[in-house]
Amino acid sequence: MHAAAEHGHSEGSKGTVYTVWITLLILTAVEVFLAYQHLPIKVMLVILMTLSIVKGSLIIAYFMHLRYERGSLAWTLMPALVFVIGMMFIVFPDSIRVYLMGVK
Amino acid sequence: MANHEATGSLERESVWSGGGSPYAIPSKKLGMWLFIVSDAITFSALLIAYSYVRVASLSWPRPFEGPAITNATVMTAILLSSSLTMVLGVRAAKLADRPGAAKWLGATMLGGILFDILHIREWFHLFDEGVTLLHNPWGDPQFGAAFFSLTGLHMTHVTVGVVYLGVVAIGTLRGKYSDDDVEVSGLYWHFVDLVWMFIFPLVYLMSAKFI
Repeated sequence: MHAAAEHGHSEGSKGTVYTVWITLLILTAVEVFLAYQHLPIKVMLVILMTLSIVKGSLIIAYFMHLRYERGSLAWTLMPALVFVIGMMFIVFPDSIRVYLMGVK
Repeated sequence: MANHEATGSLERESVWSGGGSPYAIPSKKLGMWLFIVSDAITFSALLIAYSYVRVASLSWPRPFEGPAITNATVMTAILLSSSLTMVLGVRAAKLADRPGAAKWLGATMLGGILFDILHIREWFHLFDEGVTLLHNPWGDPQFGAAFFSLTGLHMTHVTVGVVYLGVVAIGTLRGKYSDDDVEVSGLYWHFVDLVWMFIFPLVYLMSAKFI
């Protein structure tokens, strides 16, 4: 958690930043590669969303610096966000009604 | 930064008496974080609405062919790279290198402008094919509404971000803004990048013609 101590004043060395950037580009390339692989659409959705969450977490942790802030900040912001997004899915099952039951 | 000057003296007072800063960050930064969380909820609502109408639709188009996917991939790479230049700008600001910070902010703005140009070009291609906010030649009209409202809101964020970074860059050069202000503008920029990491796969890759 406290890489700040290792890197002294600068909190997350320049090398770390470049590594994160390269990783993000590689993960994007993997996503595009997968799009050309004719996977079943549900499998593709799961893989893409997993990769997106990984990418988003890297951006939040390193680019937005949250990893190096006090833990209380992340604990204040993130659980609420995840909870609200989760709640939005409550109505989602209704979307497959037409698919399952047909029109009318 | 854990030992920010503004919080140093206040920290000795009790948090509950209003003296301390429980997060040890400047108020501006906390303000930006709170804005980002609320904005993340807005984008989540739009992305979930997009997915909802797509699943509910029996004639959802997959209009994006090779060139459109390549275009969106290049846009993604540009936005990711502009995040890197933003980080370098914040580093320069923290090292009290004001011209360096302004230079990197300029590079970040350039990335944002390039992203906007490529995106608007993409929009015009879709207009030419007959897709508008209320019309879609390939099926359910909700595609146009969902696509343009989602990508349009994101494009607005990029454009606002370019202006914001410009203001911060000039203010930094003039000595009007501190390194904290650069860092706060960086948080906003990275958030815009973060949102695109979800729009790109959900809207483009999942709607590629060849999948």
